[in-house]
Amino acid sequence: MNSGMSLIVKTVTRLVAGFITLFGIYIVLYGHVSPGGGFAGGAILAAGLILVLLAFGREATLRMMSHDGALAWDCGGALAFVLIAALGYLAGGFFVNFLSHGEPGQLNSAGMIPLLNAAIGAKVGAGLFGVFLALAVFRPGRHREDPS
Amino acid sequence: MTTWLPLFVILPLAAGFLTPLAGRRPGESGGAARGLALLVGAVLLAGSIALLGSEPAVYWIGGWPGADRPSVGLSLVCDGLTQMLLVTVNAIAFCALLYSWSYIQRYTGRALYYCLFLLMLAGMNAVVLAGDLFNVFVFMEVAVICSYALVAFGVERAELEAAFKYVVLGSVSSLFVLLGIALIYNLTGQLNMALVAERLGALGTERGPAVWLAAGCFIMGFGLKAAMVPFHAWLPDAHPSAPAPISAMLSGVVIKAVGVYVVCRILFNVFGLNTPAGALYANVLIVLGTLSMVIGVFLAIGQWDFKRLLAYHSISQMGYVFLAVGVGAAVLATDGPRPIAALAIFGGLFHLVNHATFKSLLFLCSGSAEYAAGTRDLHELGGLKYTMPTTAGCCRVAALSIAGVPPFNGFWSKLIIVVATAMAGYWILAALAAFVSFMTLLSFLKVQRYALEGPPPERIRAIHETPVPMRLAMIGLATACVLLGVLVPLHRARLIDPATRTLTEPRLYVERFRPPDQPHMGTTWAAAVKELQP
Repeated sequence: MNSGMSLIVKTVTRLVAGFITLFGIYIVLYGHVSPGGGFAGGAILAAGLILVLLAFGREATLRMMSHDGALAWDCGGALAFVLIAALGYLAGGFFVNFLSHGEPGQLNSAGMIPLLNAAIGAKVGAGLFGVFLALAVFRPGRHREDPS
Repeated sequence: MTTWLPLFVILPLAAGFLTPLAGRRPGESGGAARGLALLVGAVLLAGSIALLGSEPAVYWIGGWPGADRPSVGLSLVCDGLTQMLLVTVNAIAFCALLYSWSYIQRYTGRALYYCLFLLMLAGMNAVVLAGDLFNVFVFMEVAVICSYALVAFGVERAELEAAFKYVVLGSVSSLFVLLGIALIYNLTGQLNMALVAERLGALGTERGPAVWLAAGCFIMGFGLKAAMVPFHAWLPDAHPSAPAPISAMLSGVVIKAVGVYVVCRILFNVFGLNTPAGALYANVLIVLGTLSMVIGVFLAIGQWDFKRLLAYHSISQMGYVFLAVGVGAAVLATDGPRPIAALAIFGGLFHLVNHATFKSLLFLCSGSAEYAAGTRDLHELGGLKYTMPTTAGCCRVAALSIAGVPPFNGFWSKLIIVVATAMAGYWILAALAAFVSFMTLLSFLKVQRYALEGPPPERIRAIHETPVPMRLAMIGLATACVLLGVLVPLHRARLIDPATRTLTEPRLYVERFRPPDQPHMGTTWAAAVKELQP
């Protein structure tokens, strides 16, 4: 298979892509206790996928995450955010944080904020990747009426 | 009722993200997406009508300001002006969704169309409900970014060019708005509009020049969104390029919800008019309103593209609204007779609602003509009253309304604006408003003559009436045009008067929607920095 970049790039990508994804998930999950959060972590997740796209080319990447898959994760993440926020109505109102707040500083704390972070992470990761995919798939074509 | 205020944002937002998931399978006709969108539109319209006439209410998101919590919460505010805008926005959105049911079947990517439509609706509902400046900015961006994409929905060369122009100018104006908000935040340390108003009132004459700069930024930023002359250049390209239901939304409600509404809210309720600056704000509104009114109509008269002609008339009609509101503000700022101010503002807000109905209807009619005949050039149209009687009838109702012919709604609001302007002593402007109304009549006589009357040209002799949902949407709006005009005494007490009161008695906004006091409040950023310094 000749698509994508050189063997060196592919090998390095194979080594680091997993770690980048893992780091993205870490940033998302620790968003409520340390700097970072859904948007930052999602951007890192998208960066991991974009690295694979650059190194291995479009075909290989689309097998991991198709355009429809990106759209589904994107809309699903946003929908999950709205629904989690609306779940607050169970406890009295929109965005009411009704889950156990736990011990401050621990991973299991802050009620539904980590869930919201995860939803944002999915949305931003898939959304940014979808934008990049659209740019990679798009081929500038000549306009029909263009005489040149 | 207050508990469910966030639903105006939650429902369209959730449905907007659901539609691409429902409609992404290949071969899907978009049936699930359009059904869901229409259902959401109907629920929101019913909710906004149920809200009419209710007491002003404030909803604290997440239940934040309580006895034991600092008042940093975000609020949704629902007073008379908000209720009026909610009804207008959701009614037009429902009609546009009904119209889209058949109209948009000619396009691809229908699920994405409904996604963008619903997100735009969520953005507008949130802008009129928002109780703090920053959420106004965020949701304004949500609404207008969706509208950028919708203008380009046809992805032909002209549409992309119009959308690009709209994106560039829209982004510049958004940056001005953000700068204005930053200046206000620096000055007062608050973003909640009631608290900002209170702090600015407390500063009194020591406000300094920053408020002037902020006011300029807001007038430029939101004025561009409302297409006031001289910030109007994007509108005649952007509004005609969109699909017809989106043109109806853009001209009917988007320029009002993210433009006129916010300008009124900020100048009256946040900055306040009983200050030295009040008279200046009012005069700026009057000058820009008059310019829009006159220049818009003169640019419209020479147009032969049906939708482009309508777009120029939007600029002109928004000029009426700004003129009326500006006259009201000028009377209030100079401690003039309050009934005259109330009458002027009443006329402006009434015209805003009326313009939403008849301009949306006109855009839907032009869309029907284009749907059937494949052209919107007035030279190539003709005889539609024989081939498409429903469309022609609705178009006639809307044209008579916008031209200010009794007993349709446009006549009453223009009459009130002209009378109030004259009573306030602006004789020349009143005469100008009447003259512009005459020019509007001329311009729409041209539309009648070339599109509806005469023998149908050979090429479009065989066209027939549009599908039922499109006709239903147009008939609904035409009925609204008639009823809003005939039933003024019945609806004004519930629809327009409460909205007028929020602008004529701006101090009530602070009293009603101010969060409860907290110990750390009242510290401005500057004061906090001073405390930290040794």
